[in-house]
This record gives sequence, structure tokens and C-alpha cells, in this order.
Amino acid sequence: MNKTKNHQPLVHISKRDSLPMYKSWAIRGLAILAALVVAGVITMLLTGENPITVYTTMVKGAFGTSRRIWSLLQSLAMLLCISLAVTPAFKMRFWNIGAEGQVLIGGLATAGCMITLGDKIPNALLILVMIAASITAAAIWALIPAFFKAKFNTNETLFTLMMNYVAIQLVSYFEMYWENPKGSSNIGIINQSTHAGWLPTIGNYEYLLNIIVVLALTVFMYIYLKYSKHGYELTVVGESENTARYIGLNVKKVIMRTMILSGAICGIAGLLLVGGTNHTITTTTAGGRGFTAIMVSWLAKFNPIYMILTAFLITFLQSGAGEISTVCGLNESFSDIITGIILFFIIGCEFFINYKMHFRFSHKEVK
Amino acid sequence: MFKKLLSIALVALMALSFSVAFTGCDSDKKSEGEDDLKFGFIYLHDENSTYDNNFLTAAKEACEKMGVEMINKTNIDESDACKEAALDLVDQGCDIIFADSFGHEDFMIEAAKANPDVQFLHATGTKAHTEKLDNFHNAFASIYEGRYLAGIAAGMKINEMIDGGKITKDEAKMGYVGAHPYAEVKSGYTSFYLGAKSVCPTVTMEVTFTGSWYDETLEKEAAKKLISDGCILISQHADSMGAPTACESSNVPNVSYNGSTVKACPNTFIVSSKINWAPYFEYAINCVKDGKAIDTDWTGTVATGSVELTDINEKAAAKGTQEAIDQAIADLESGKVNVFDTANFTVKGKALTSYKADVDSDPEFKGDTEVVKDGVFEESKYRSAPYFDIDIDGISVIE
Repeated sequence: MNKTKNHQPLVHISKRDSLPMYKSWAIRGLAILAALVVAGVITMLLTGENPITVYTTMVKGAFGTSRRIWSLLQSLAMLLCISLAVTPAFKMRFWNIGAEGQVLIGGLATAGCMITLGDKIPNALLILVMIAASITAAAIWALIPAFFKAKFNTNETLFTLMMNYVAIQLVSYFEMYWENPKGSSNIGIINQSTHAGWLPTIGNYEYLLNIIVVLALTVFMYIYLKYSKHGYELTVVGESENTARYIGLNVKKVIMRTMILSGAICGIAGLLLVGGTNHTITTTTAGGRGFTAIMVSWLAKFNPIYMILTAFLITFLQSGAGEISTVCGLNESFSDIITGIILFFIIGCEFFINYKMHFRFSHKEVK
Repeated sequence: MFKKLLSIALVALMALSFSVAFTGCDSDKKSEGEDDLKFGFIYLHDENSTYDNNFLTAAKEACEKMGVEMINKTNIDESDACKEAALDLVDQGCDIIFADSFGHEDFMIEAAKANPDVQFLHATGTKAHTEKLDNFHNAFASIYEGRYLAGIAAGMKINEMIDGGKITKDEAKMGYVGAHPYAEVKSGYTSFYLGAKSVCPTVTMEVTFTGSWYDETLEKEAAKKLISDGCILISQHADSMGAPTACESSNVPNVSYNGSTVKACPNTFIVSSKINWAPYFEYAINCVKDGKAIDTDWTGTVATGSVELTDINEKAAAKGTQEAIDQAIADLESGKVNVFDTANFTVKGKALTSYKADVDSDPEFKGDTEVVKDGVFEESKYRSAPYFDIDIDGISVIE
């Protein structure tokens, strides 16, 4: 008995049966607490600042004034929108890491319409053209890797990733093509005097339109994934392509259809960013949200309603952390460190939710 | 729902940390001055960029001197983020808000329109005189004079190399790493070249653009390329340490910008021209204090203390550089010498007698204002930001 015990590794890991809801959420809660403590200690060691001040500042930075709350909601909406876009693809186990590029292409199409048609057609028509152009452009951008995946089984991870770089280069080309003034490689605010192609604002709330659109998309995506035939089909393809084929699904069609949807929603995100808030396009318009969105979607287990929470957590961290660097005069990188620590714990805790650790000397061990 | 309980618990925790919070950071930043004026600053990058660091230093100097509270926002993109930052500074009670990068301008204008009681200042911008807002102002400095003076130091160094037999007169070629091919950069390198030419008539110059204001790798590569093309002295108008460090490692003399790089480049740094923004910030603070209007376009000069040269690095500079520069400053101030005197350069072999510069920003990008008067190209007269964008003889642009 003693002998066999010595042959056991110090720790071994086994898959857990699914945990009850309250336990898994308790683990997540603990992870956030632990992250705050570690981040606090590191802050104190590195800067000598009081860690509690750091967290207070984060809360103030995110909720300090009504404008900051609106701004937080806007960032939340944009991140959520892109997260919604990548979700059906990921649920289908199609690794679409090209959302960044798809958003940029959608934005570029929007900017193109605003610049070239700005003073030539009535505004209502222009906005319709912008909507159509951005959705189509981004959907095509997403369809390209899906087509090659479906026809030739290419690796979609690499393909979508590379499409990002193509999109970024296209945007920087057009930044020079439409530059204002000459030689500056900068587009500036498009139609600043005429406001042609600017999406309308609801009342005095600049960001309300974006928020409403994204809220509607969230509900749509929830229903689409949970109750529609399409949603069911893409889930089956994600679980097992062979099963899907066996029950008579056209897998290629499902892959392409899902990516068109994924791209179209990225196109809407591009439209809202360029037509609704920024009124310009740069290579940083998507701002890395295309990648952050993947995390949001995974953390929420592809559930659009949970995504509101995970997207909120990440936006809160970002706007709060930005305020830290302003108020405490710390470098921007410092707030990235804090965000990193907190995300590390949150993602790490999923391990303890899915797996169990057995220690050699543990008495609780069963069998 | 445990989830709900948990989130309530978390919110409670945050609220708790709120209530026991110390005010460490905030109280540190409160200024001791008697005035409650608040000055907000928006920077494209942080202190690692020579360009932004120059503004950061000046802002600190001016605010400390005038007893004004300062709020800095670094690493603000030339996008909606700039407007967000400006509006946030308004929320925090700023009376004056300044942004340092060219691409911030449109977003500052948007913020200015929404907040008529707050003064918005923008360096290097071009639109204040056409936007006609009471609270949006552009500023720049006659840095072309500073570049001209730095060019004299470069020319002296090249003369020393010719006299010492290191190079022949025909090999006197300088290299210049520029950011973007537009007026601010062109005006800068042309005046630098004219300064060098005023002491070394055979000098030529090769210019390359990186397409970015701040890209250390690209700037380093560009400088190395120029050196391998046979350039024997390098200057730059881009904001990283890329070009100066490339010069140091290749032992090629460097005339820098935005401030001294002598610490990193003790053997090759000659001198640097820079704009000192503190006089402008002080001017703006005084205007707001006294309730006076701030100039729509403000152009600092050598006389206002806005255009400066750093200390000369005796180790790298030619003998007599300081004296030559002092003489040139006196000549510029007395009006005896004009940097863009049309007698000093030719365009496609001909003297420049008339030129319509694109002073007003409009979609046409066409010249709208005659700027050559009495044999001088009048730079920074019709707006503060430079508009000299002519390719003159002796300078070749690669790519």
C-alpha cells in the first residue's frame, strides 16, 4: 500500500463532472478577489501607491460622471457587437480570428461611401448605401476563408489571421489615398461640416443608437443560436462534422452561411464605429477588439446574455485602468499589467472549474 | 440566483474599498498655487517619444511656474479617443485643453464646438483660421529658423570633414529621415538644408520617409539605408531614437530634433533644434487668467524663447560652431538673413518668384494664398503651421 502510494505523482489532474452552478460561480468570484489582491500587492510593491486608491480610481474612471458611463456603455456595446459576431463561428468550431479585419473592411466600406458619395446623394439614401456596403464588404471578407475551408479544407485560423493584415494594409493604403491634407496620411473627420453620412443621434445621446442596435443584435443572436434551425445546425457541425454529415446536413453550406453572418455583424460594428462615433477610419479603428472579442465570447461560453457581463468586465477594466495612468501619473503600460493579471486569474479559474486536482497525501481522495 | 448574489457582493466590496479609500494620487497632484485654473494636456505618445516628451517637459515647467493644476493624458490616438479624452478633461474641470498631435485637430474641433466656455489649443494644426471658433486655437513656432541654425552646425561639420581630407567636396551628402511627406516635414528639412548650404555650398541631401511619426525600427532602418547610400551626416524629423542610435552605432554625426540625444549618442550628437512650448502655455494661461482672447494662430520665434537649440556637443561638433550659430541668430533677428530667401535656392533650375501655398484647409488641396513677397517665401505668416512644400534643387527624395 505504501509502495503504491509513493508511485503516485504529487498531483494528478482529472476531469470534473459538471459542477453545480453556485460552485462554479463561487470559484469565479474567488478568482476575481484573488486577482484584485495580487494586483494590489504588485501595485504597492512597484509604485508605493496605496492599492485601494488604485481600485477606487478604476471605479471613478469608469463611472465617475454620466459622460463616462455613456462612454463605458458605448465601448461595451462595440466590444459586445464584435463578440456576438465571432460567436456563431466559434460555436461551429471555426476559429475565426479575423474579426479585426472584418470590422476594418466594414468600416472602410462605410468611410468610402461617406467620402465619395458625401455630397452627391441625399443623406437617407447615403446611409442606406453605407449599411449595405459595410455589411456586404465584411461578409465577403469573412466568406473568403470560409469558402476555402469548405472547398479545400484550408486552415481557417491562419487564413483569417492573415486576412487581418491584408485589411490593415488596405486601410493604410486608403488612408493615404483619401488623406487630408496632402502628405499627412491622415483622413481626419469625414464631412465634418456637412455631417453627410453621419448616423443620426437619438435625442442628445450620441451613443444611444449604437447601444440600441447592439442590444437588438444580442437578443437576435440569443434566439438564433438557441431556437433557430440554423443555430442548431451550426452547433451540430461544431460538435462533430461527421455526425452532421450523417444526419444529412450540408456542412459546407453551414460553414459558409455562418461565416457570412459572422462577417455581416462585424460589418455592422464597422458601420457603427465609422458612421456612428469616429467619423473617420484608421488602422486602429477596430483597436484590437477583434481579438478581445474572442475572449469575451469564450468566457461567456458562447451565451450572448452572459457576454454582456464578460464584455462589461473587460471594458470596465480598460476604462478604469486608463484613469489610473492619468490620475497617478503612471505609464499606460501599468494599467495593461493590471488588466493582464485580472484576466489571467479569470481565465485560469476555468481550469479549476473543469478539472479536479488530487494531491498524493490528500485524505479526501476517493478510490 | 447565486450569480446575482455574487455580483451584489462584488459591488458591495467595491463600494467598501471606495469608502475606505485614501486620496493618495489625487492629493499628490493638487498644485499649491493660489489659482484654481486647470490645464489638461493630450499627448499622442508618452515620455518615450522625443516629440511628446518635449511637450510633457514644457507643460510641467509652465504649470509649475504659473501655479496651475495640470492633468496629463498620454497615448491618446488620433481618433475618437482624442475627443473622449478632451471631453473627459472638461468633466474634470479643465479651463484650457491642449493636444499635441496633428491628427488630433478634427477631434479637438468637435470637442471645442460642444464646450464654448473651455479654451482648446492645438499644436501644428491648420484649421483654426478657417473654422473661426472663438475657443479653438492653433500654435506652432518658426522652427524653420531653428532647423536653419542646426543646419549651420551640420554644414560646419561637413566643412571640417572636407578640410580634414575625409571626404571630397562632391561627397558632401547629408541624409534626412522624415515622417510624412507634407509641409511641416518639407519646410523642416528644406530649412535644415539651406542652413547647411549657407556654410557649405556644395552640400546635397537625400530624404526618405518612414510614413509614421513614431516607428523606431523603420527610422533606424531608414538612417542605415541613407548611411549605406553614402550620406555622411544624418538628421531626422521623426520622433523615436531610431535615427540617432543608428548614427551612433555607425559613427556618423547626427543633428537631432526635439531635444538633446547626447546621453545615448555621446560620440555623434552635434546639436538639436527644438520648440520650447512653455512660452506658449504661459501665454495661454495668462490670456485665460486675464480674460483676454487667445490668438487664433500663434507663432513662437527665437525672440519669444520658443525656438531653441540645445547645448552643442563639443566632442562631435566642428570648431567655431557656436560662434557661427550666434552670428546667424543675430542676423535672423535683425532681418539681415531670411531662411527662405528666394536668392538662396532654385526650383528646377529657376528662381522662385511666385507661389500659391495651400494655407486654407479645404478639400481642393490647391494653393490659395500668394506667399512670395519681396524675394522671400513668407513661412508661418498666414497661419502658424508651416506651408512650405516645394521640392528645391539639391534635395532628392528617394521612393
